[in-house]
Amino acid sequence: MYPKNALRAATALALLTATGAMAETITIATVNNGDMIRMQGLAEDFTSQNPDIQLEWVTLEENVLRQRVTQDIAANGGQFDVMTIGMYETPIWAAQGWLEPLDNLGDDYDTDDILPAMRAGLSYEDQLYAAPFYGESSMVMYRTDLMEQAGLEMPEAPTWEFIAEAAEAMTDKDNEIYGVCLRGKAGWGENMAFITTVANSFGARWFNEDWEPQLDSPEWAEAVTFYNDLIQNYGPPGASNNGFNENLALFQQGKCGMWIDATVAASFVTNPNDSTVADSVGFALAPDAGKGKRANWLWAWALAVPAGSDATDAAKTFIAWATSKDYLALVAENEGWANVPPGSRTSLYENETYLEEAPFAQMTLDSIQAADPNQPTVDPVPYVGVQYVAIPEWAGIGTSAGQEFSAMVAGQQTPEEALSKAQALVADEMEAAGY
Amino acid sequence: MATQHSRSAARIMMAPAVILLLGWMLVPLAMTLLFSFKQYLPLRGGDLGWVGFENYVRFVSSSAFWPSVQATLVIVGGVLAITICFGVLLAMLLDQPFWGQGIVRILVIAPFFVMPTVSALVWKNMFMDPVNGLFAHLWKFFGADPVVWLSEAPLFSIVLIVSWQWLPFATLILLTAIQSLDSEQLEASEMDGAPPLKRFWFIILPHLSRAITVVLLIQTIFLLSIFAEIFVTTQGSFGTRTLTYLIFQRVLESQNVGLGSAGGVYAIILANIVAIFLMRIVGKNLDA
Amino acid sequence: MARAASPRRKAITTLAAWSVGLLIFFPILWTMLTSFKTEATAIADPPVFLFFDWTLENYSVVQERSDYMRFLWNSIIIAGGSTILGIIVAVPAAWAMAFVPGRRTKDILLWMLSTKMLPAVGVLYPMYLIFIQMGLLDTRIGLTIVLMLVNLPIIVWMLYTYFKEIPGEILEAARMDGATLKEEILYVLTPMAIPGIASTLLLNVILAWNEAFWTLNLTAAKAAPLTAFIASYSSPEGLFYAKLSAASTMAIAPILILGWFSQKQLVRGLTFGAVK
Repeated sequence: MYPKNALRAATALALLTATGAMAETITIATVNNGDMIRMQGLAEDFTSQNPDIQLEWVTLEENVLRQRVTQDIAANGGQFDVMTIGMYETPIWAAQGWLEPLDNLGDDYDTDDILPAMRAGLSYEDQLYAAPFYGESSMVMYRTDLMEQAGLEMPEAPTWEFIAEAAEAMTDKDNEIYGVCLRGKAGWGENMAFITTVANSFGARWFNEDWEPQLDSPEWAEAVTFYNDLIQNYGPPGASNNGFNENLALFQQGKCGMWIDATVAASFVTNPNDSTVADSVGFALAPDAGKGKRANWLWAWALAVPAGSDATDAAKTFIAWATSKDYLALVAENEGWANVPPGSRTSLYENETYLEEAPFAQMTLDSIQAADPNQPTVDPVPYVGVQYVAIPEWAGIGTSAGQEFSAMVAGQQTPEEALSKAQALVADEMEAAGY
Repeated sequence: MATQHSRSAARIMMAPAVILLLGWMLVPLAMTLLFSFKQYLPLRGGDLGWVGFENYVRFVSSSAFWPSVQATLVIVGGVLAITICFGVLLAMLLDQPFWGQGIVRILVIAPFFVMPTVSALVWKNMFMDPVNGLFAHLWKFFGADPVVWLSEAPLFSIVLIVSWQWLPFATLILLTAIQSLDSEQLEASEMDGAPPLKRFWFIILPHLSRAITVVLLIQTIFLLSIFAEIFVTTQGSFGTRTLTYLIFQRVLESQNVGLGSAGGVYAIILANIVAIFLMRIVGKNLDA
Repeated sequence: MARAASPRRKAITTLAAWSVGLLIFFPILWTMLTSFKTEATAIADPPVFLFFDWTLENYSVVQERSDYMRFLWNSIIIAGGSTILGIIVAVPAAWAMAFVPGRRTKDILLWMLSTKMLPAVGVLYPMYLIFIQMGLLDTRIGLTIVLMLVNLPIIVWMLYTYFKEIPGEILEAARMDGATLKEEILYVLTPMAIPGIASTLLLNVILAWNEAFWTLNLTAAKAAPLTAFIASYSSPEGLFYAKLSAASTMAIAPILILGWFSQKQLVRGLTFGAVK
């Protein structure tokens, strides 16, 4: 199909130049989240143990990283030896045979120690294909001092009603304190992750059992209207551009009363080096609307080896290092227990020192255990995934729908308009994909 | 004056450039054309067979198509208008004698050297951020509510960023053109007592027309394909999804290569319409 | 327009020109200043302009985290390589078109320019596949070739307009003296064409240096230039203005310096010879 003859000569030329490369250099694609950046900083520990393996890092913003690794794996580009992917990609790619199975990661790796929820989400047909670097759910993080000022007390398991009430009471726009910071930046892993959990808790679902999009349902309307009111009335200006990292910065600067987001943020907001409000942060379970589902997701950033890699063993050695118990200890030694990547291993939550130094540990574990990717919604659905839908089309659907909701938060359209546009968009894409 | 011999030599000398560009144009183009008639979904196993014109119909009938054409035109038109208007004014100012001409000129050219990713990031975060951005501080200083630039005025923000990058280019070309203006002619008109506005309209502007055409052409070429500025700032949200960006999303985010390729073919046709239009103007100027 | 201006008028013009110049330059200045602040100072309210504790910390953090020198080296190789390759291919072509124009010359020139108008995004996927087939993905050589092709029309065009300015009489005189085509090119034309080639070179180094579509989509680590370097600072966790500023300053400084030093040729080069 390609102009093969014309390319052949040039291929030979390219091969000549390529054979000079070392077989033992591995290229690692990862997200520019704090824990990964810390991993890069500690990588010397790995290279000193494995002097024959060199590491090349590609650190990218979340949305960009996803596009790049997806493109690379789908076209068999072979640019990366280790990819940072999530629970969404792992089973889909594994089913296509695009990932190396992760067995024999070494004798002391202890695969059984991985939290069951994480292990299940990162396996395909009971075989692990990606090792969790950190795992997360979502929960409410709030300012205890502001809550007290407002004369309210955060329950362990709040309702959305209470969140709205507290947000109103805490908002003080003159002093740049906004009751609640939520994700508004478009992207299936950004605002759609959050909006989908809100929808789940209001009893909505993406598709019915016949794969018909359900965004025109009253549950969706209720959920999205609630989200829109919350963020419009009590959110910071420019919320439509705020993703995880932007909200983290705002919370650390003391501009948010509450923030409902990934549990992994807990260690950053309680770290006095980065956060101005480190000693007045409280945690609670993600809210619900009395329908039996809480608005908390389940996610893991995990490391996987693409099937096209030419340094599979070296890549596995690296993964075994980065997701081991020893790595957790290494971080603890350098940065303190509160900063180890959370949510991946059972043993971490049995570690007394950790439970003591990380006030958010128990809440994180509870949130993770409360999420069920196999039964994410009130009504039955044909898909797996709490804050995503585990089908290849989701990335496209989620991002285009996300842009409609982002435009809604920006005040360019009403919730009804956003929903009807999203519904049409989703129906289009599903039809194009042959559902 | 050219002999038969030098003619054939000329042909040989041109050959490498022509062949390379022909290959660069035709090979990927042929592949794009091929894919555009297929259902091609890499995440579902790749090539799933011929579908005729289905992708073409789907691309145009999608609700995102016309808004993207509109966004493209607004951005290109807006940047052209701003850079040319301010470029003319700035060129006339810099043409006057003043102290420190060299340094000011350096200051004015500088944005042209800044790579698009950097300028987009700097503008987005350090100027347009509604909480910590410099504009927000400025607005608050005057007692106004900070504007959320990228979502309240998304197209304007992008036009502003891109104009900042291209204003130096326009200014420099126009400045060079003004400097070549026959000063005697101008002085003569000044003596005649022609008012400044008239002088501008009847002498300076006609003289600049050729330079303006060049600016128009070259900038349009680059502006039609701006990518980094949108990629970094809004990622296509809030109605800033240009045709280029829409295709990018179809191919990379939805991983629907067939649909994206059909969009690519449309974009190529559209670009060619603009090209023909502009080429005519430049073609005339080439003879002059 | 070398007219004598009254001192008063000159003073007013000076004031106006400097204000506008500083206004246009301000974003760059602000970025540079911020790169020397701590993260906390960088977002101080009200903003601090000059009086803060200057620190170099951000630069060392950025260098440590992402190995600036490697990206810089890639940028130099790719921008330089593609420009030199492009000039090698374009000089003979522009030459032929300028001195031995045929009936089609104008059409060819315009056609070349029109290839520049093809939206890159339309052929991204095919290019990606071709690169994989040829093993060129994430290689400097692959990117060098692509950027050469992208900028070739502009190079040909610029050179053509420069060459056209060389008076044909000189050539004829040389020919009368019995100079061969080779001698004519080597001894008569080349010296006259050097300034034009230099300007072309410079402008294309800048264009290639700043190119941000192919460099972002066809590289990962080994061949990634400074455009990719900066992309990894787009939305990191926590406060990042100072680090972003340091990374930005490091990404634009080399080309800014180069551009400033060669200002004179640039002004000429930018006009593509079409404006005299």
